[in-house]
Amino acid sequence: MTPRHRRRLMFVALILLGVGVAAALTLNAFRGNMVFFYGPSQLATVEKAHERNLRLGGLVEQGSVKREDDGLTVHFMVTDNVKSVPVIYKGILPDLFREGQGVVAQGRLNNEGVFMADEVLAKHDENYMPPEVAEALKQAGGNTPQFSTTVMEGGLNK
Amino acid sequence: MIPEIGHFALIVALGIALVQTILPLAGAARGIPSWMAVARPAARAQFVFLFVAFACLTQAFAVNDFSLLYVASNSNSAMPWYYRVTAVWGAHEGSLLLWAFILSIWMVAVSFFSRNLPEDFVARVLGVMGFISAGFLLFMLLTSNPFERLLPAAAEGRELNPLLQDFGLIAHPPMLYMGYVGFSVAFSFAIAALLGGKLDAAWARWSRPWTAVAWMFLTIGIALGSWWAYYELGWGGWWFWDPVENASFMPWLMGTALIHSLAVTEKRGGFKSWTVLLAILAFSLSLLGTFLVRSGVLTSVHAFATDPERGLFILIFLGVVVGVSLALYAWRAPKVGLGGDFALVSREAMLLGNNVLLAVASASVLLGTLYPLIVDALGLGKISVGPPYFNAIFIPLMTPLIFLMGVGPVARWKQASVPELLARLRWALLVSVVTALLLPVALGKWSPMISLGLFMGLWIITSSLKNLWDVAGRNGMRGLAQGLVNVPRGYYGMLFAHLGVAAFALGVCISGGYSQEKELRMEPGQSVEMAGYNFRFDGVQDVTGPNYQAKQGVVQVSKNGKEILVMRPQKRVYLVQRNPTTEADIDAGFLRHLYVALGEPVSGEAWSLRLYYKPFVQWIWTGPLMMFFGGLLAASDRRYRLATRRAPDYTAQGAPAQPALAR
Repeated sequence: MTPRHRRRLMFVALILLGVGVAAALTLNAFRGNMVFFYGPSQLATVEKAHERNLRLGGLVEQGSVKREDDGLTVHFMVTDNVKSVPVIYKGILPDLFREGQGVVAQGRLNNEGVFMADEVLAKHDENYMPPEVAEALKQAGGNTPQFSTTVMEGGLNK
Repeated sequence: MIPEIGHFALIVALGIALVQTILPLAGAARGIPSWMAVARPAARAQFVFLFVAFACLTQAFAVNDFSLLYVASNSNSAMPWYYRVTAVWGAHEGSLLLWAFILSIWMVAVSFFSRNLPEDFVARVLGVMGFISAGFLLFMLLTSNPFERLLPAAAEGRELNPLLQDFGLIAHPPMLYMGYVGFSVAFSFAIAALLGGKLDAAWARWSRPWTAVAWMFLTIGIALGSWWAYYELGWGGWWFWDPVENASFMPWLMGTALIHSLAVTEKRGGFKSWTVLLAILAFSLSLLGTFLVRSGVLTSVHAFATDPERGLFILIFLGVVVGVSLALYAWRAPKVGLGGDFALVSREAMLLGNNVLLAVASASVLLGTLYPLIVDALGLGKISVGPPYFNAIFIPLMTPLIFLMGVGPVARWKQASVPELLARLRWALLVSVVTALLLPVALGKWSPMISLGLFMGLWIITSSLKNLWDVAGRNGMRGLAQGLVNVPRGYYGMLFAHLGVAAFALGVCISGGYSQEKELRMEPGQSVEMAGYNFRFDGVQDVTGPNYQAKQGVVQVSKNGKEILVMRPQKRVYLVQRNPTTEADIDAGFLRHLYVALGEPVSGEAWSLRLYYKPFVQWIWTGPLMMFFGGLLAASDRRYRLATRRAPDYTAQGAPAQPALAR
């Protein structure tokens, strides 16, 4: 082996080592940060659901949205028309959050079965239902409600 | 009538693109000069016809021609003219037309700025670009024709998505596409070199300015998108690791690696095969990004199934382009030879480190973007990987990269010595470490991450200044002015781009570490203190815009008892689509932003509000702006215009063009 070859070999070894470390980091980060999505009915079947972060999707149940006196803490139910899960979120809700509309919440289930959301997402299109939500509703076997554009009428003066 | 002209122009452009592909490529293969000579006029003619098509569509938007389906779905006569005109690229069909039009701009540019290149090379480059253009035009005509008629015509249009009615739409897509599509030039140069079997330093020298220009547009395009999301979405974030963002970030990472690898190929004749591979991958990732964004796969893999034609077409085209070019690479690349030898500690080795880190970063973004799609497509459940995944990967990858950014430009080619590097950089290292450790203490909040971030920014700045001093200040302070003038522009380009990274890193670190935010309910007249500012909420007024109604909050900001400004965040409802949107009001200072967004009416006159104080957040976009100018300086270096024909002699010890910089 000439010195040149030896040097080349060193480079290859170093690069492989670097890429290997990066791959290990990546996979580890991946395992730690994967977030699963469930509908309310699916959530009930998940074991140890309260041990990790997850996403809960469904419809905001009609008449379920209640605010605490601080004006920021909101209680609502996410439903797939078969099962419902209570959700608590503190903060400003997205513009398109409405009763009867699709929603995705990310957070943790506490021991009382209440979903403590850190993040609430509603897509920016009133006719659009997050595909995960549509799927979850279909799987739960409930009726998929018709989305009407009239929900928004009255806009801000609701 | 005019839309039909546009449609016809698209068909003619497709015909020209096919001719431009077949004749010059065949001519170059068989050595027929008259066939090769078709390339330039064909590229220019294609540009003319695509310009006509683009102008026709713009005209339809300008005069509210709602007999066009695309106009009726994305415009409305109440929209201001500048949003009507830019709504041309507000949705799928028009974006593709913009894509094709910009590709033709690049082709015309190649046809004019290639007079010094060999004829067969130009023929091959334009032939490959013609093929890409043909693919996109065919796609447009078969599945996404922007000139499709709507009969009977609609009385009024559906209006553009309110989020898009913004300055961001005017600037962001054209810049981004200039970058995306610009990598097709580097790609075509690489393919042409593989086809011709001539992959030398001259080839790298021709590729460099084109790659730099594409890269600088992509940089500014991504930054504009980030700035847009920051002020439009109303919650102060500037990067979300959203798949659409990742789609543009992956080619950026690859393109950055390509720029550095091209430097080695040009100066030292090394990394040839690797450079070609990077050129292929950078453009392949641009195409992949187009596929991800345009096929509907991202909203859901099921959206792909609802419109299979479009997705399938791009997927097949992507497969052909990537497959053929990689096959060609596998077949030809081994013949192109290895470069000069270099030691473990040398500028080449550090640039190799840069390339490996950037490629790995790009691959991890790819994994995080595609894995959830694959899992979903296989029916294994629905997952998402959010920002924590990407942050966990990027910090360990970017830290060594930024460290190399300080050492690399100072190191010699071929063989550098560690003691010498240490001697030259010890002050830079010392100053940045000490400042990074002490500054947070002075600011009243210390954490390891803040210090690490500060160190990265300061290290780039101090080592770059030291490097500039070594290059320009060899005759001491008196010769400094002349020294600064003598430094070539390409070097300033590098310096600017690196300092841009420093500005960006400082912006991310300081705004991340020292931002303050409040989400709270406020009654009219109520005030709140944050970061030394007093925010008084004075209630909400009704405001009417050209095509929206808004509730406008009035927030009086004062500092030390003195009123300094009134902020007016809005909550808008657009006339047709009726989606509420949040328009934050931002007082953008160089050292801090004040950011106020209206939440929702809570009870009575009270509203919920979001208030942010974000120090140095402006630097996050100032950095890319500096990188943009860096790219501009590098691409306009005079040596690219002078000796394009002369292959540099890299058998000598240093870099021949600017030996002063090699040390």
